[in-house]
Amino acid sequence: MTLQGTIGKKAGMTQVFNENGDAVPVTVIELLPLTVAQVKTKENDGYSAIQVAYQEGKEKHLSKAEQGHFKKNGLSLFRHLQEFRIAQSEEASFQVGQLIAPDFLADLARVNVTGRSIGKGFAGRIKRHNFARGPMTHGSKSHRLPGSIGAGTTPGRVFKGLRMAGHMGDEQVTVENLQVVLVDSEKNLLLVKGAVPGKTGSILFIRPRKVIGGKQEQ
Amino acid sequence: MPTNLVNEVEKRYMKTDLPVVEPGDSVKVRLKIREGNKERVQAYEGVVIKVRGEGINKSVTVRRVFQGVGVERVFLLHSPKVESIQVLRKGMVRRAKLYYLRNLTGKAARIREKVVSTAGSGKGKGSAKAAKE
Repeated sequence: MTLQGTIGKKAGMTQVFNENGDAVPVTVIELLPLTVAQVKTKENDGYSAIQVAYQEGKEKHLSKAEQGHFKKNGLSLFRHLQEFRIAQSEEASFQVGQLIAPDFLADLARVNVTGRSIGKGFAGRIKRHNFARGPMTHGSKSHRLPGSIGAGTTPGRVFKGLRMAGHMGDEQVTVENLQVVLVDSEKNLLLVKGAVPGKTGSILFIRPRKVIGGKQEQ
Repeated sequence: MPTNLVNEVEKRYMKTDLPVVEPGDSVKVRLKIREGNKERVQAYEGVVIKVRGEGINKSVTVRRVFQGVGVERVFLLHSPKVESIQVLRKGMVRRAKLYYLRNLTGKAARIREKVVSTAGSGKGKGSAKAAKE
């Protein structure tokens, strides 16, 4: 049984050569082994899903409740848990402690990758919203200032949703339609063309590309 | 920041038989070129004025003066398109990047050959002079 999604860790970027000899920029993703931590059934939990655990951790990284969740079933300790929905008919095909291989990747040409983007902290309008800066010289003092944020007495307020300075990055970002360059199931490697969110070492969620409407293709 | 995994992926695509190429060397690069369906090999000769990058990204810039016009081409050493690179002559230079060659022509743009040191050859001239006196 396969899941339509898997978890990986960003290992970094490099470039490789394709069959034409052209250099292709790629991100190397290490696919993490997924252990089934819990099977949620329709009669017990109201919906069918499996909960997978990944990235082994130590006792000090987990709360007592989390430790108990693993120890109950004699599993080693993991740092992360994630749920995947399954069909009710598949409930019996998963057992707690079972390892899941990301074999659905083998015949995919394109994937979507979700991750957390690099945090930029409190960023100004220029970095955050691609605004233009003011003149740097000729007596100007409005180098990177926001400028006007609206008219005066009418409307007498600042419109909601005005793009201003604030926290940037460290949010969930999905990059869609990334070309799969190489899948190495032996080394658990996935190479996709282009960049993915986050720094080296950050956790990524890899899914098949979603085709909405249009022609169905594999 | 390359991790071990990235290095391992790079290794699969890297050539293992590349010669040591340094700035100042005269090299001959054989480049595969596709024309329609036919593939042929084109040779390009010149002086290495720059070596850039490490691992799979390593590239060299080769300069030559062709019909009075300076031509510089960049070759990605590990690319399958670069069939071979051959060092014809080692050059004696004191810079890592030989951009100054762009401003020199003719005799001034020559590079002294680096004599590969064998026992005593470096001191040969000096000691012969001393013996005369």
